[in-house]
Amino acid sequence: MSGEEMGQGEVTRHASRVTEGKEAAKRWEVPRGYLYLLEDTCKGCGFCYTFCPKKVLAQAGHFNAKGYHPPEVVDAEACVMCRFCEAVCPEFAIWLEEKEESHGQ
Amino acid sequence: MANKSAARNASRIAKKRILSGVHFMNGDEAIAEGAIAAGCTFFAAYPITPQSEIAERMARRLPQVDGVFIQMEDELGAMAAVIGAAWGGVKAMTATSGPGFSLMMENIGLAVMTETPCVVVDVQRGAPSTGLPTLVGQGDMMQARWGSHGHYEIIALSPASPQEAFDLTVKAFALSERFRSPVLIMTDEVVGHMYERVEIPAEVPVAPRRKPEVPPEGFLPYKPEEDLVPPMACAGDGYRIHVTGLTHDERGYPAMDAEAHDRLVRRLCEKITRFRGEFTWYEEALTEDAEVLVISYGISARVSLGGVELAREKGIKAGLLRLITIWPFPDEVIRRVAERVRGIVVVEINLGQIHREVERATGGRVPLRGVFHAGGRIHTPEEVLAGIEEVLRCRS
Amino acid sequence: MPVLKPKPKPKPEVLPGVRHPLEKYLRTDRLPHIWCSGCGLGIALSSFLYALEELGIDPDSVAVVSGIGCAGRFAGYVRLDSYHTTHGRAIPFATGLKLAKPELNVVVFSGDGDLFAIGGNHFIHAARRNIDITVLCVNNFNYGMTGGQVGPTTPVDGRTTTTPYGNFEHPFNLVYLAASAGATYVARWTTLHARRLKESIKEALRHPGFNFIEIISPCPTNFGRRNRLGEALDEMRYYAEKAVIRHGADPARAEVVPGREFIVGKFVDIEKPTYLELYRRKVEELFGKK
Repeated sequence: MSGEEMGQGEVTRHASRVTEGKEAAKRWEVPRGYLYLLEDTCKGCGFCYTFCPKKVLAQAGHFNAKGYHPPEVVDAEACVMCRFCEAVCPEFAIWLEEKEESHGQ
Repeated sequence: MANKSAARNASRIAKKRILSGVHFMNGDEAIAEGAIAAGCTFFAAYPITPQSEIAERMARRLPQVDGVFIQMEDELGAMAAVIGAAWGGVKAMTATSGPGFSLMMENIGLAVMTETPCVVVDVQRGAPSTGLPTLVGQGDMMQARWGSHGHYEIIALSPASPQEAFDLTVKAFALSERFRSPVLIMTDEVVGHMYERVEIPAEVPVAPRRKPEVPPEGFLPYKPEEDLVPPMACAGDGYRIHVTGLTHDERGYPAMDAEAHDRLVRRLCEKITRFRGEFTWYEEALTEDAEVLVISYGISARVSLGGVELAREKGIKAGLLRLITIWPFPDEVIRRVAERVRGIVVVEINLGQIHREVERATGGRVPLRGVFHAGGRIHTPEEVLAGIEEVLRCRS
Repeated sequence: MPVLKPKPKPKPEVLPGVRHPLEKYLRTDRLPHIWCSGCGLGIALSSFLYALEELGIDPDSVAVVSGIGCAGRFAGYVRLDSYHTTHGRAIPFATGLKLAKPELNVVVFSGDGDLFAIGGNHFIHAARRNIDITVLCVNNFNYGMTGGQVGPTTPVDGRTTTTPYGNFEHPFNLVYLAASAGATYVARWTTLHARRLKESIKEALRHPGFNFIEIISPCPTNFGRRNRLGEALDEMRYYAEKAVIRHGADPARAEVVPGREFIVGKFVDIEKPTYLELYRRKVEELFGKK
């Protein structure tokens, strides 16, 4: 980030090192696919677990790298893949992936 | 709903980009034609005397050449629209006078910081404030240099005739692309409204935009080339770049630290000052044996030539240095010509702005006088003569 | 009778290198973004990107223009041609950009102060002219970035740093202003209505003409804190309680007043020739078709 770095044609980096490609995602299996969570990206707003209609998520007891309580899946089978948590997360920290097989099976 | 008379007149409308030939037109009209000849296809402005003829001509001509004219709701919007259009890949221009020039200042700074090529015309009138809307002034010269906040360099040209207004507008577009910078045309109400012969050539080159030669992956939009200017990727070109008025690094991302800021501001200044030899234009008349030098620009320079001629008739060896490029100020030119003379007179329609620059450039070593007027009329040759005689009388 | 036993928590797998599917639209080297915990700007951003993804728009054809403020930082996070301009001037910049290159999808993203105080004049004229751009306004009822000053949408009695005794100015009703200025698509959502917001953004992007969407958002650090609205979560719960979805409502009667129900949904969706269509029509009238 110093002047000399830039002088050599390098670019300064100002993004946090917490999440830059070094974080591993947590993944839970849910009936229609998977739920992914980037725990350290979470800023603890509480929207996902508060508004999940099926109470799939809850606030975790532990802290993440930023000092927030991230969510965790407490009832995976209840998930109906409404995708609300994914839509209402301001941090791009939680999302779902639908499995390709047919649901009837 | 068809406008019948407009449709009838349409067959008589020019439709050509370059109106080659000899015309009798005023400075404002010449600026409009110069812009269109240079490839300008976007003009946004707010009406203000004495600029109106530029806007009116652009409103008539741009639809003929597949350009866009828009009268914006104010000058702030006009300057913002010009910058936006430039990032849409076109050559864009606006025009105004003093009060509008003041309103445009913040966005001129945005154009400087984002390195946006564009042309801004100020047809100066009596100022400050509403001043003399219909009468001449030259009081915006320092504002042209320092009007926006922060430290920066800018290119400003001053035409002294409608012909030169045409020529310099063409050059202004070329300079704006060469340096990726706004270029100012500081003209005045008299040059803007005077009618003279204007010859438009058969061909006028359209200066190309400096586009990146590498593919998008790894392209750094604010990494300069050898001449300190980065190539420009416009919206929709596939480069997906970020452009901001915040201090930024070579990726274009905000870089909020002192070193990055100092580096960027210095480069923005140096890209112009280092290469100013390419565009430092001026004209000399009767300076080879001159003992008194008159320095002037714009309409005042034409009056000054009259004063110089009167002086010569009285046996005084006077000469004229007419500045065409005002900013960056041509220190070396002033010093070179000033070395040989016993006195300098600066003639301008303000109470001493370029005068200060001449004083600075000569280090106070040459007796210096000003022939000033706050605005509303041009000088007379007799007033210039009086200034020449006065500077010869003084010993300090 | 079944005996209730606490369900055991399912154990997740840990997968390194897995990234959010929208990251192709984000400048990941600038994440995490600067917005506060609970701020709705991240939701507005994500709704916009999901909308782009679902519409299948070519990202190279999208240009985002933002102003100054927390919402103004939007431009810096999207991996699109993006322009972070001067305060209040995003709309005229976008006007120039669109008129110079009409094939671009130009989206303005900014805040209530930037668009309606300093930028107010530009807003009403672009709407009047029906310039073909989409304007997304995140309304947090104050000037957040500079510390929480009063803005043109701050409600009466609102506490801000420049109305320490309570605001007595009457605020704008943004959807009414937009509709009366001539906008051809006007909608209001909150950041709680993330999915409906996404659908609305999709509609607006497909709709020719001047499109406006007001996005009500929590501001937990400034407005929310000073007005004792609780955490961002409490503000979101307030939206759940008080927001009433009613399409086609009269925007003049759709004020947002604290403590009262407020209307969200689509207010205006009409067809009107755009500025460029009228310009081209005029040119054709004069010079004939190309």
